[in-house]
Amino acid sequence: MSLPAIAVKDLVKRFGETTVLQDINLEFPQGKVSCLIGPSGSGKSTLLRCLAFLEEATSGMITINGEALGFFQTPDGKRERLPAAQIRTVRAQTGMVFQQFNLWPHMTALGNVSEALKTVHKVPKAEAEERAMAQLRKVGLENRANHYPSQLSGGQQQRVAIARALALEPKIMLFDEPTSALDPELTGEVLNVMRDLAAEGMTMVVVTHEIGFAATVGQQISFLDHGRLLFSGPPTEIFAKPRHPRLDQFLDTYLDRGASMLV
Amino acid sequence: MMFDPQVIIEKLPEIGSGLFVTIILWAAGMIGGVALGFVVATLRRFCGPAVNLPLGFVVEVLRGTPFLIQIFLLYYGGPFVGLMLDPTPCGLIGLTVYSAAYYSEIFRAGFAAVPPGHVEAAECLGLTRMQIIRRIQIPEMALIVLPPAVNLSVILLKESAVLSIITVPELTATVSAIGSQQYAFLEAIFLLAVIYWVLVEATDRLGRLAEHRLARLRFSKA
Repeated sequence: MSLPAIAVKDLVKRFGETTVLQDINLEFPQGKVSCLIGPSGSGKSTLLRCLAFLEEATSGMITINGEALGFFQTPDGKRERLPAAQIRTVRAQTGMVFQQFNLWPHMTALGNVSEALKTVHKVPKAEAEERAMAQLRKVGLENRANHYPSQLSGGQQQRVAIARALALEPKIMLFDEPTSALDPELTGEVLNVMRDLAAEGMTMVVVTHEIGFAATVGQQISFLDHGRLLFSGPPTEIFAKPRHPRLDQFLDTYLDRGASMLV
Repeated sequence: MMFDPQVIIEKLPEIGSGLFVTIILWAAGMIGGVALGFVVATLRRFCGPAVNLPLGFVVEVLRGTPFLIQIFLLYYGGPFVGLMLDPTPCGLIGLTVYSAAYYSEIFRAGFAAVPPGHVEAAECLGLTRMQIIRRIQIPEMALIVLPPAVNLSVILLKESAVLSIITVPELTATVSAIGSQQYAFLEAIFLLAVIYWVLVEATDRLGRLAEHRLARLRFSKA
């Protein structure tokens, strides 16, 4: 069996007294699209933010392509923090796309996409912009390169944000509800870009409320509820009856709204 | 008594030099205040509570006391601690320190208004803390604070009139002296109001123009 892209072991995340994630054990396979679904407050976004090291897990381990993220386990079972430079190297394997896009408003689309190439990887400006342009082309926005985020639609902003993450050539792309801030008309263009990425064999972890996307593009679906992983498997299993009663209840709300034909 | 502009017209060169002093003091106080305020806000934001709390206390004292009292303390109280200052340098220092307190608060609020997600995005892409401060947080903050910073600059211009009390030869001191020498108080005070108003209006317009030109760099709603 090949090494999983990401392995999560006994992960617990608490905010103060509240336990947001409870004993999560989950592997995300290489070259596949894994979707995290579940009701609001189920902890799916927190789990993704732990994978991006934007949140530090309270206990447990995350490995990315076999390398420990943030902490390592000493032989006697203690958990110790890795040096900052090493954390950065492991994090560099992932690219993150946010619900709110989080483009930098004072830079053009091209500036946003080329920024990390220039500042982090010290790529000369001309080459960085050339590479950034190639990414913008990929998301269909090369003719918007010199626009500022405020001059772009939400869907275009999110596509720029995807290009920005792709510019650093990550091995894994993490998406945190990438279409939740978009109206239905703009959702499609972002999902199409993600479909293309999936078709290229990019390893993706997607937190989403788009059950249709999860059902058609997702190859592993994990269902979280109240901080626990209730179910994880291929879509055919997840959506086939009989289901876990909680999952049934959750999916019914979607299927009622006409998504049943997709499943 | 008649309203007689003639008295004033004869004294225009003197008034011009007073105006010059006011503008220089204002510009220098503003530049100094912005620079010092920026340093204070940046230190408070990024250097932990050991730096934040004492600086916060100083800022609160400066914002909690009238400018006139601060100037009196500096000018009349200074010599008691060996600080002998001529009126004009004293006025400049006073203006700088006083405005720095306010500018620093504006910058502090500006830093707080930068969406945390913008910083997280940079972090995910591997930018270091210093790179994030320099490339993301400072430029975004600067755009956010433009309107309140222009507003404060206008207030600062008007506050500079207080320096006439410690005999700084600025606009208010010059014009009111002419008024009392010539028994033309009304003319003098009227002229003062007009000059300050024109300066304030011009500054406001410049500020709005800048805001307009920079509008596309500000963040849009999702």
